[in-house]
Amino acid sequence: MLEVKDLVVAYGAEPALDGVSLSVPDGALTAVLGANGAGKTTLLRTISGLLRPRSGTAALDGRDLTRLPAEEIVRLGVAHVPQSGGVITELTVEENLRLGGLWRWRRGDLARRIAAVYELFPPLADRRARAAAALSGGERQMLALGRALVAEPRLLLVDEPSLGLAPRVVAQIMAVLRRLCDDTGLTVLLVEQNARSALSVADRALVLSLGSVAVAGEAAALAADDRLRHAYLGF
Amino acid sequence: MVRFVNLTLAGITSGMVFATVALALVLIWRSTRIVNFAQGGMLMVTTFLAWTVVDAGGSYWVALAAALASGLVLGAVIERVVIRPVEDKPPLNAVIVTLGLFVLLQAGAGMVWGDTPHSYPPAFGIRGLSVGGTRLLLSPNDLFVIGAVGAVMIALTVLFVRTDLGLRLRAAAFAPEIARLLGVRVGRMLTLGWALAALVGSLAGVLIAPSVFVGPTQFDAVLVFGFTAAVIGGLDSPVGAVVGGLLLGCALSYVSGYLSSDLVTLGALAALIAVLLVRPNGLFGATTGRRV
Amino acid sequence: MIGTTRQAAAPARAAERARLALGRYRLVRHALGAAAALVALYALTSAVSPYRDLQIAQAAYLTCAVAGLTVLTGLGGQISLGHGAFMAVGAYTTALLLNHRSWPLAAVLAAAVVVTAAAGTAVGAVAARLHGPYLAGATLAFAVGLPGLANYEPLLDLLGGQNGLSVTPPVPPAALGETFPVERWQAWIACLGAVLTLFLLANLVRGRFGRTLRATRDDEIAAALHGVRVARVRIIATVVSAACAGLAGGLLAVATTLAAPGAFPLALSLQLIAAIIIGGLGSLAGAVWGALVLVFVPAWASDLAQSADLSHNIASNLPLALYGLVLIVVTLVFPRGIQGGLRAARTALARRRSPRDDAAHEEAAPHDTAARDTAVHGGDS
Repeated sequence: MLEVKDLVVAYGAEPALDGVSLSVPDGALTAVLGANGAGKTTLLRTISGLLRPRSGTAALDGRDLTRLPAEEIVRLGVAHVPQSGGVITELTVEENLRLGGLWRWRRGDLARRIAAVYELFPPLADRRARAAAALSGGERQMLALGRALVAEPRLLLVDEPSLGLAPRVVAQIMAVLRRLCDDTGLTVLLVEQNARSALSVADRALVLSLGSVAVAGEAAALAADDRLRHAYLGF
Repeated sequence: MVRFVNLTLAGITSGMVFATVALALVLIWRSTRIVNFAQGGMLMVTTFLAWTVVDAGGSYWVALAAALASGLVLGAVIERVVIRPVEDKPPLNAVIVTLGLFVLLQAGAGMVWGDTPHSYPPAFGIRGLSVGGTRLLLSPNDLFVIGAVGAVMIALTVLFVRTDLGLRLRAAAFAPEIARLLGVRVGRMLTLGWALAALVGSLAGVLIAPSVFVGPTQFDAVLVFGFTAAVIGGLDSPVGAVVGGLLLGCALSYVSGYLSSDLVTLGALAALIAVLLVRPNGLFGATTGRRV
Repeated sequence: MIGTTRQAAAPARAAERARLALGRYRLVRHALGAAAALVALYALTSAVSPYRDLQIAQAAYLTCAVAGLTVLTGLGGQISLGHGAFMAVGAYTTALLLNHRSWPLAAVLAAAVVVTAAAGTAVGAVAARLHGPYLAGATLAFAVGLPGLANYEPLLDLLGGQNGLSVTPPVPPAALGETFPVERWQAWIACLGAVLTLFLLANLVRGRFGRTLRATRDDEIAAALHGVRVARVRIIATVVSAACAGLAGGLLAVATTLAAPGAFPLALSLQLIAAIIIGGLGSLAGAVWGALVLVFVPAWASDLAQSADLSHNIASNLPLALYGLVLIVVTLVFPRGIQGGLRAARTALARRRSPRDDAAHEEAAPHDTAARDTAVHGGDS
């Protein structure tokens, strides 16, 4: 269970997150929605240790993450797929995947996990020896997700996987996230601007607006509330 | 024709040394985006340590080992103490710090060992080999230089391409933030990168020492030529460093042999400008221009 | 349509008038400053020993070079490790003209400036295409390569090889009296050159060119989108900067009565870089501080070494060690240099006196941005 409490993060004087509190229950898919600049990415970067909050906590099973460096937070089972995936284009597909599990597995185990990712995303298997730079946008997002999964995390943070992708590919990615939740009990915190596709797979959702939580609730209830949809979600 | 062959052979030998210095610079540039002007000072100090071993009656190989080990330590210490604080600052700060370090190391060496250059023994004979009655400008020691540099290059390639550590090093260099998110301890990788670069540099120092002698300012030209070679090759590319080193070595050998040895540094400048005017990021640099 | 244009033109004309008035005011202020500096230097040089006069001359010609470099690197963001070579061009031009032509000294120095500016045009045309480490590499090779020309066989007679060219010392005018020390005359020439350089540069960097130059440094692409011809601006900056270094070299030849390759080692170029950092990047006042540090810190260090009775090895390397140390320490803990520190102290004082005056002080400190974010162009920034 991830418990975020009164988180304040600021770049300079202007706070990007102004007292955000939320909880992410285990084994569920929680979506964070909101417009550009609402602080969604800042929230994920703070949880994974890339940003230091001015105040507040983000605790994973009672352990505060905000004082730990990113490379240690990974070791607690938190995987962060940054915006546009963040695949390392200079490395091959296989190298990207290996890098994802290097801190955790020995050679044999690592190979098995990578094989499982190839099974999940068959297009990657055909391009394993190619440089990641040669992949399409959708394939890169698959690689980024696959790379995060190699380490078998408990909590997966995904930042705008739909960005710049065709609707069909977005639907595929969303379906994979849903399936991971259902089949493996993975906890997912999904940040999305594309509220419609996020709400179609999420269990719970909350809306960030100007650095604080405006609404939170069951995904289905949010999707059904016309007033809310018009005010915050734009569909 | 014999003259041309001889000049080429001499160019390859010195080019291998330039390539080694260039490689040390490229390793650091790739991992920290810093041009390490202190490299000349660092390899000077490690070569002085090797000279101290030789002077005390130690063997060539013990001295070489001392140079390599001290290079490893010196690189790590320098990264931790003075480079770490400027890594996230504007690039000019890092340039200034490494220049300051260069000057400081030079002054320090002068204080400890004096300003007069000392001779340094070669590993093997320096009499040119004869082929069919013609004496070549290629001695057993030259072959050793070429072999040692080649071995180091192969070892580095294996390390970077074949090992998990190499994968971590490359990830930390290409995308430090992503690497951290994947559990790579980037700080350690940077320290290790500097240590490796300094190790490579210290090898170059010992290899070139018999011909330039050992003194606080004796290695300035080696730094300049190594830097020129790295820039010609494109600072991001280890292959470019080697190619740049060999090209520069041969070019300078021809300038020195056919024109005048006083024009060697000007020749380096001309070669550099010729390459940069055609390809502003070096022969093997990214052609897409700068990332904004 | 016409009416609105006319209405808009009136405030524009007023603004233009205000700008001109400000410009004239600035010119007057700089001229007054220059005059005051000359009076102070006259008093100073007259009061000290010939040995000190020579040190003042040295600080003065280094000020020219450092000020020129701070325009290029501090305001233009282009690093040059080759300014020592520009000084060499100026010095050799001066020496050759003084030895072979009976021109007045001022004309000789002007010629040195012109020749070096021409060299600067060539270097600038190449440098404008390069950035970051590639620029550093090219200028480094320039600094190391050019002095080697003096030893080139066919030029040996002309340039005097390793020994260089000696220059006859300038003769003080008879009106100053028989016993007027030549060192003081040399100091006067050098100081006049330095004050003139600073005056011209101050007007240049506060004007339109300075703004354009800073724009190319801060964001090359944005500047280009606003119609700034980046390459041309950079070449001009290199030419101006080279011209200053050329004058510095000419004054060096006059003050030391010698132009030799040994006077222009790589270390000189590195010292000039050190001076702009220590003084405060992008600030002309900082350039003066930097030049003073270059002259007086080694002198002080060797005095110290002598009085402490250190061994020869340690004594002779102490100034160099101090440079290195100061460079590292200043960059790590005091990145705005001496001038930045002074300004911070002054602002703090003023703030204590009148807390509401902050805005005015921000206005009065346009160099601050330079110190804050000057970077070698390119790289990954």
